Amino acid sequence: MNRRKFLSLTSAGIVAAASPVNCRPASAAAEGHPDAVGVLHDSTLCIGCRSCEAACQSVNAEILPRPESYKIPEKPFYDRSVLATKRRTDFQRYTVVNRYDVEGRRPVHRKFQCNHCIEPACASACFVKALYKTAEGPVLYRPELCVGCRYCMIACPFYVPAYDYHNARNPLIYKCTMCAPRLASGELPGCVSRCPEKALIFGKRSELLKIARERITESPEKYVKHIYGEHEAGGTCWLYLSPVPHTLLDQPEVGSDSPSRTTSGILESAGMTAGILSVLLGAVCFLGRRRRNDAAESGGARASDGEAHKKVYEGDKEDGQ
Amino acid sequence: MTSGHTDGQGLKGHVKKKGLIVVVLLVGLGLTLLRFTGGIGAVTNLSDRNPWGFWTAFDLLCGIAVSAGGFAVASAYYIFGFKQFHVYVRAALTTAFLGYFFEVIALVYEVGQPWRLVYPFFLSQGTTSALFLVGLCVALYLAILSGELLPALFERFGRRKARARAVRLAAPLAVIGAVVAVIHQSSLGSLYLIAPSKMHPLWYSGLMPLFFLLSSLFAGLSMVVVEGGLAHKYLRDCTDDRHVRDADRAVSACGKGASLFMFAYFIIKCIETAAGNNLQYLSSGFGAWFLLELGGGVALPAVMYFIGVRRERPGLIQGAAIITVLGVVLNRFNVSLVAFNYNLPSAERYFPSWMEVALSVFLVALLILAYRGICSGVPILRTHEDYEEELR
Repeated sequence: MNRRKFLSLTSAGIVAAASPVNCRPASAAAEGHPDAVGVLHDSTLCIGCRSCEAACQSVNAEILPRPESYKIPEKPFYDRSVLATKRRTDFQRYTVVNRYDVEGRRPVHRKFQCNHCIEPACASACFVKALYKTAEGPVLYRPELCVGCRYCMIACPFYVPAYDYHNARNPLIYKCTMCAPRLASGELPGCVSRCPEKALIFGKRSELLKIARERITESPEKYVKHIYGEHEAGGTCWLYLSPVPHTLLDQPEVGSDSPSRTTSGILESAGMTAGILSVLLGAVCFLGRRRRNDAAESGGARASDGEAHKKVYEGDKEDGQ
Repeated sequence: MTSGHTDGQGLKGHVKKKGLIVVVLLVGLGLTLLRFTGGIGAVTNLSDRNPWGFWTAFDLLCGIAVSAGGFAVASAYYIFGFKQFHVYVRAALTTAFLGYFFEVIALVYEVGQPWRLVYPFFLSQGTTSALFLVGLCVALYLAILSGELLPALFERFGRRKARARAVRLAAPLAVIGAVVAVIHQSSLGSLYLIAPSKMHPLWYSGLMPLFFLLSSLFAGLSMVVVEGGLAHKYLRDCTDDRHVRDADRAVSACGKGASLFMFAYFIIKCIETAAGNNLQYLSSGFGAWFLLELGGGVALPAVMYFIGVRRERPGLIQGAAIITVLGVVLNRFNVSLVAFNYNLPSAERYFPSWMEVALSVFLVALLILAYRGICSGVPILRTHEDYEEELR
């Protein structure tokens, strides 16, 4: 390593220490696993029947708390009046469908659940790796590791992870698993399997993107020219087609970089900072000490090492006053 | 206090103070019981959209920021050789130790399963997480601080040899402590880097780690000044004449250091706001709030410090210190509670419950009691009589 390279490396380390943002990897767009699966939700086909909600509930019945423990009595799944209120997922339901009344057209329904990011911010934020990304696509959770810091909830740009706040003994994070256990046995995710309108399509993410693009090109009057999830937060396994701008459906503009990249290199830059800083401060400390000891000795007192040491560290008031 | 009348009033005040502390402790114990039987939801207003609230803002972010005085003063004294800080070295280290210690206690309330808090160290390391780095630093720095306070403890128990050995470790520990504390303070700033789309652009910045580090330095130095003033007023029996006499020099040195860091912070913050193309937001309500934080919480006390140090006005320095601490508290609340989730409708925003505030007050009360207890037993604010000859 020549001198210039060393200097640029060390200065990079100092900059990195101040701002971990600067040390993101070179590639900008996340590619993800080529065979990762996902789901495409076409809201022009969705009628808001809530079959997906019912399916999710029954498929996950073992994990979701029993209905008796519900705080707010949930209306039965065939009752569509709840669509009018803006609901979100929580510890007792992993998916909800909301209705959005857009002026001059019939209402649009939007399904909400974990988007299963290609580079999930939640997994990057988790300090025990309780959340992790699988090559197959789903972002999964190991409840036995969770400390309950809820940093994943801070990190998720889509506000997905939910917490069981009223549980004192074993409070956990709850979110959609894309029905990973069912996928493993060759079944469809619960919600997809029960959608009567084919508004939900399951498949490889790359295939779903193709289908979505085809639909936009074939009937451009039906869709806005945007596949939500293609680039959002670095890309997600769930993709959405909509007849109206996605922001009207409470789908936030989150940028195309994965948030995980802002801090994923933090430990490396911290280590580098620690190395540089300890050398610098150590040198200042050592040299300053020697200089002060020399000064004390030439000051005439002929102090022994030990005494000079004490003088310096135990508050010598000679030159101060 | 010569007349019996004032004596009676003093006694009344004393009884009132005692009563207040008892009430705070009883309420705190009751709420602790509620927290650990009913869950976090029983005492907080936290929700799925607002997972971090008052405890994170106050106990974690503010608590650690004002604890930075420990490493700031120790570095100034041991590493850079500024002797005027000497009287405040142990006081600042004690504050830092208690600050970090009570931060860990606050975490026991804050996380859902505190009995698993050791998992990130021993079971499964989430090395990509800013929070992992924060946790690592808390644990390391707590250990370092204990080492730095050993000499005082050995003096208390008359262990001459052990003390001599511990004193020799002071400088190396100060170096390691400074390194860990610098990384810790900046890592707290990087906690929110992962949520760019949820943060108001006036507060979100790639430089948040640097801002947290710089502001912790002036918050910590100011806290040392505030606390020194309080200690000399209310803990007079734990101090000696030398400490009171030398305090002015130390206060002035803290003021100098703090104002230096504040001017640096102010300038970088202005440049960053302009360079980030965020000037457009200054005319909004968030902008006014931002200007209040930066102008009233940083620029104003920085100028007060500057004048106070130049003209040797301890009163002005004390005032500047109080405003600075409040300003940094405002900043931490703004980052974690005002800027975070700024785009949610107001009905979904978070406001703390009285119980969250009461539990934080409870922990602060415990901290003050612990500080007083330590200072009355251990030579923190005074010089131990056996070692006075070292000072000459």
